[in-house]
Amino acid sequence: MPTKRTASKISPRTVVLVTLAVGLGLPGALFAAILLLSPLTKPAVIDALVGRVLGVDPATWPWTGLAEGVAVGILAFILVNFGAIVSGMTVWWEMRVSSRMQSRVGYNRAGAAGFFQWIADAVKLLFKEDLIPADADQILFRSAPYFVMAGFALAFVVLPFGESLIAADLNVGVFYLIAVTALVVVGILLAGWSSNSKWALFGGMRSAAQVISYEIPAGVAVMVPILMSGTLSMQGIVRAQGAWPWQWNVFTNPASTVAFAIFFISQLAEGNRTPFDLPEAESELVAGYLSEYSGFRFALYFLVEFGNLWVMAAVATTLFLGGWQVPFVGPEAYAAARGAELIPGAAWWGLEALSMVVMVLKTLVVLNLIVWVRWTLPRIRIDQMMNLCWKYLVPWAFASFLFTLLWQLAVAGTPALATVSGIALTAATALLLVLFLRQTRANLVAMGDRVDLTNW
Amino acid sequence: MPTTVREYTGSIRDTVKSFWHGLSITLSYLVRRPITVQYPDRTTLPVRDMLPPRYRGFLEVDASICTGCQACERACPISCIQISLEKDPQNPKQRVVTQFDIDEAKCMFCGLCVEPCPTGSIQHTREFEGSQADLRNLVIRWSDPLHPFPVYKVDKAAEYLPRVELGTLVRAKLAARAWDAPGPRFLPPEPPAAPAAPAAGDATPAKP
Ligand code: SF4
Ligand code: SF4
Repeated sequence: MPTKRTASKISPRTVVLVTLAVGLGLPGALFAAILLLSPLTKPAVIDALVGRVLGVDPATWPWTGLAEGVAVGILAFILVNFGAIVSGMTVWWEMRVSSRMQSRVGYNRAGAAGFFQWIADAVKLLFKEDLIPADADQILFRSAPYFVMAGFALAFVVLPFGESLIAADLNVGVFYLIAVTALVVVGILLAGWSSNSKWALFGGMRSAAQVISYEIPAGVAVMVPILMSGTLSMQGIVRAQGAWPWQWNVFTNPASTVAFAIFFISQLAEGNRTPFDLPEAESELVAGYLSEYSGFRFALYFLVEFGNLWVMAAVATTLFLGGWQVPFVGPEAYAAARGAELIPGAAWWGLEALSMVVMVLKTLVVLNLIVWVRWTLPRIRIDQMMNLCWKYLVPWAFASFLFTLLWQLAVAGTPALATVSGIALTAATALLLVLFLRQTRANLVAMGDRVDLTNW
Repeated sequence: MPTTVREYTGSIRDTVKSFWHGLSITLSYLVRRPITVQYPDRTTLPVRDMLPPRYRGFLEVDASICTGCQACERACPISCIQISLEKDPQNPKQRVVTQFDIDEAKCMFCGLCVEPCPTGSIQHTREFEGSQADLRNLVIRWSDPLHPFPVYKVDKAAEYLPRVELGTLVRAKLAARAWDAPGPRFLPPEPPAAPAAPAAGDATPAKP
């Protein structure tokens, strides 16, 4: 049975090239698919295509609904795959970053920089036995991961990727988002309850308490950008902001900066990220609600946990950080490039791609911030977690909400106020950034070290 | 739990400060060179040569100075050592060690066997890399019935005991065995497998 292992003959250059091809090609292909499909799978476009290609009247043709459904189904498939792949790549990236932060090397075996490790991990998890404890509630135990997965996948419906790149621009977008992400709690609670294990039950209960508590400051903080743009639609909120930092929601209103901080912290808590990973605190609860899961179902939880980073980052970018707005490209530019054609020309696609690049870059920055916070702060205690929510975040969220109401009245009187606040806060942030980098340099120098990325 | 305004604002300030300093410290580590050394292929020396000299790794027996006293076997609290002695058929006055097995998989490297050895024949080495696909391959045989060694008679006049360089013997033994070599079979061959479909219900073996 033992097989002879032969030393791998692949040259390092090939490994690097293959890694680069997969690492850039896979997300690139998915982004391209989203770029192409999301404007083209809208029912209006499908109807027009049906009418033009088949020469039938879409209003009376019996299969119009089916054609629209298939088109949306393809888009949904691409989006869920995007979530899964982004989640896997986030795992790899987070493990790399965390190891550097802890002076370790991290993944470095499978592919260049260990890039294929996440694929190897996923394959390993899929091959593991999907064990169900004897005394577990079979139906609930089996179905719980799908609630979590559904809550995660449904969020992608309203996540904008670019100017017209969104699966569905619901006019209740933000509300929808908060509603469907709550499904994740249902899944976690079910998992905790049905496992019939005290670790899992405690984990599930803690998670429910945590997520439901933090929904309140998150919801109130979200009200601030909504008030500032006067709409619940995700695209509407982005359109109400400008491309430059001093036109972003986070800076045009002092209370909104506070709201952004509150929203960010609440998102960490809702995503069960460290420092709020109490539901799966290893040192106390084995693995919390995940204790009894294995194989594919465990993989689903993991996928959602890391995929949520992208969702969190994209939502924060949309609400506070100007979304996909490209400098010097206003709504007229998009309209001019769009023209009246059914399938718009190359200029429009180029603009869309540009807006997608801006959105993705901002999202990646926020995503890295979340990863960075996780590897910086230790887990807080459960009473501290509740204290933080009810005594600090909730009152401050309400205060910023009230301040925004007054601020909007003031801005309606003197529109220059928003610009002044934007420029002042942007300058303050830039100054803080410089100070922060100086502090970091001081930390480096204090240890007699220097910046050395040779072994990254 | 804050009870005064000062405590309340103080805890907000603490939070902001710990974010500020914490993030800056982790960022500064992010751009440093990791201090870990990648084992096994990027170390400057073989790892065994970087270990302290009194490291307790795999045991090594120098057969040329083993007196066959079995003190090590008796000292081992978990019986990893198995020694058998016989008379040499050719020379009834000479005893030979026909079995000297040390189960390195079971050994806890406590060193209790090393201490009673009168000649220093059994010693810990700095070898520790012994990955084997089959656990039984970690039983290192220093003598076996086909290759027995005669016991050593301590020369009272000798100034020192001629021991071979520590580590060479066990290294040779480990190197001679491929990591995926099939393990030795200590049990008799298993009986032929039962027919696929048992004829009668009572013929099936009882399950534990
Ligand atoms: S080191 Fe300890 S456990 Fe190992 S063989 Fe010697 S006495 Fe036994
Ligand atoms: S190795 Fe040492 S203690 Fe063990 S039998 Fe030989 S001489 Fe005696």
